[in-house]
Amino acid sequence: MQQKDVLPMKPEIADKQLTVKPVITGSEAVIRSLIAEGVDTIFGYPGGAIMPIYDALYDFQDQVHHILVRHEQGATHAAQGYARSSGKVGVAFATSGPGATNLVTGLADAYMDSTPMVCVTGQVAAALLGTDAFQETDVIGITMPITKWNIQVTRAEDIPAAMAKAFYIARSGRPGPVLVDITKNAQFGEFEYEYKKCEYIRSYRPIPELSMEAVADAAALINSAQKPFILCGHGVLLSGAEKALIALAEKAQIPVGSTLLGLSAVPVDHPLYVGMLGMHGNYGPNMLTGEADVVIAVGMRFDDRVTGDVGTYVPNAKVIHIEIDAAEINKIVKADVAVHADAKPALEALLELVKPAQHSEWLEEFRAADKKEYEKVQHRELYPEAGELKMAETIRLISEKTKGEAVLVTDVGQHQMVASRYYRFKNPNTNVTSGGMGTMGFSLPAAMGAKMGTPEKEVVAIIGDGCFQMTLQELGTIYQSQIGVKIVILNNNFLGMVRQWQQLFFDKRYSSTEMVNPDFVQIAKGFFIPGKKVTAREDISAAIDEMLAHKGAYLLEVVVEKEDNVFPMVPAGAPISSIRLE
Amino acid sequence: MQKEYTVTVYTEDRIGITNRITIIFTRRGINITSLTTAETEIPGVYKFIITVLSTREKLDKVVGQIERLIEIHRAFVHEEEEVVYQELALYKISTRSLHTGDIERLIRENNARILTITAEYFVIEKTGHQQELIDFIKKLEPYGLIEYSKSGRVAIVKWSRRFHEHLKELQTQEAEHGL
Repeated sequence: MQQKDVLPMKPEIADKQLTVKPVITGSEAVIRSLIAEGVDTIFGYPGGAIMPIYDALYDFQDQVHHILVRHEQGATHAAQGYARSSGKVGVAFATSGPGATNLVTGLADAYMDSTPMVCVTGQVAAALLGTDAFQETDVIGITMPITKWNIQVTRAEDIPAAMAKAFYIARSGRPGPVLVDITKNAQFGEFEYEYKKCEYIRSYRPIPELSMEAVADAAALINSAQKPFILCGHGVLLSGAEKALIALAEKAQIPVGSTLLGLSAVPVDHPLYVGMLGMHGNYGPNMLTGEADVVIAVGMRFDDRVTGDVGTYVPNAKVIHIEIDAAEINKIVKADVAVHADAKPALEALLELVKPAQHSEWLEEFRAADKKEYEKVQHRELYPEAGELKMAETIRLISEKTKGEAVLVTDVGQHQMVASRYYRFKNPNTNVTSGGMGTMGFSLPAAMGAKMGTPEKEVVAIIGDGCFQMTLQELGTIYQSQIGVKIVILNNNFLGMVRQWQQLFFDKRYSSTEMVNPDFVQIAKGFFIPGKKVTAREDISAAIDEMLAHKGAYLLEVVVEKEDNVFPMVPAGAPISSIRLE
Repeated sequence: MQKEYTVTVYTEDRIGITNRITIIFTRRGINITSLTTAETEIPGVYKFIITVLSTREKLDKVVGQIERLIEIHRAFVHEEEEVVYQELALYKISTRSLHTGDIERLIRENNARILTITAEYFVIEKTGHQQELIDFIKKLEPYGLIEYSKSGRVAIVKWSRRFHEHLKELQTQEAEHGL
């Protein structure tokens, strides 16, 4: 690693001698700002307009690890995976024009799924802005609706403040993606560098003040409830409120259902955990939402995949909505008690006021529903004795063999729903998936980011054959940077979820959903990643063992039943009580 | 039910803020019928006054989503009766019609005034509500209206809770944060 020590002053020296500020370029200021924010990993791809920043990065290779991805979309998903598993802000670099537009899907995904991320894009020189210069694009305009904040910097001296604000905004309150677009002249410009972390923006209140009155109202509702039900969302994980939520549930014996993104906040084997909500969630939590008399929604936004037909959702319940983002309160479901607050302090305050209670009959209803689902659906999915391999039994085996402790990174479609339904999560922040956007191709790059963020954990990517082919070029990144992710392709040679809908709602007219696939193991081999293809039930267990025992990246292709369907299922737009078991 | 509402938004002075606000209306398919913006009495803070045809339910959500933007201080929806408002219109008329006797009376009766007179045209200014300003066009038409131009709405909220004080407080807070 080359080190050219041209720095007028190292950051740690600068801290001691505040009177003398080092004169550095804007590019170097970008890197030093990242270091000041605790960044040690960047996912990116160089190009003309960001070359000065990459040149500055060359001097800091001992402090910042840059992962060269194969496509900028991969950089954003990797940064998301990194953020979601580690809780730190993910960082992505891209050049102007096509580099910047390739970030769009990842930014939109991170915005929908409240993921803290800072993207830095190069931009043409300020003098060329608006002139249709080579690789110029209005990335600020393009990303305005899909970022929490964005800013264009045209002068070197504005870089530290912009970076400080970017990190503050990305990680505070309801987290989200921020984009900083830096013109080439600003990267070259020199100025007296000084970095001050941002802790305050006068028009921005990330943490609302907790209203004890609202908490008291919520507690009164819970204390009078016969059939209370907690809906645990992503906000619980983002707030670090898992323990507080479990304590509340235990104190008043309240069943807990989880949204797709709330998965892993409560261990699946917790006696009060009753399963996943929504279109392909569990039977009990969906059916019984309609019977609950008090619903305690924590850090969730009543996505249409959770509510089904809103008009018939929670017909009998008073709704307590604990939510940090005011815009989510009353957006879809009217809150009887709105607790506009960060989940953790709100739940801790609520815990004090909620009285111990028993709801044995109510919990019994969930167990009965669970039994029904197990008999009608789960048993044959998890323990089939004949026929082709099933997605669910594969997930069950992976879950057992990783003891529910792996970081599960899923893509989008049937395999995602099956993995989310059957993986028995044990620890918080171990479920990484694209929920709001449903971005196919998310998993492979997100998994490499997750592995970088939590290298001590086993990271298993569960990917469909369709999804894999959207971002498979990141196998190159995985090989080059030696990222030890386990890649499981559940291959049914179909765009399975779309095919399922075609079967159920479009008279089995399988329009453009059947796939003629390549040899995935050969593809992995081309990237020097070992792998195996399994088609028979008797081979699957040993193949998973082999994959998990392998040090480093490994690809396992599992050929599963071609026309398998995910049940239960709530038809889109129908009442959730119309959930079908078959 | 759809009706006319006034939305007021207090913002920081920042390039692109108009765009950030308007895309939130666009997403929900709400047409902005007028938009007025200018700096408030607090330097660096801007006020947007937006009129739209929509429903209260939709606008309450829109306003929430506007407030979520980083550089927005506050945003409000107002019913027609909650605001005192005015609009301003300019009318360019051919100077030849000055010789027609009634125009002076017309200007007086409608509380309008003449801003400038040249050899070819003169410009009349009138403030009022939209319908009055449009009605005035009809009255001027016989005199040869050359051009008409109208502003968006300028509004004062009857129940405004001293937003001015709130902003001053923010300035003090800012000083405390050493900004």
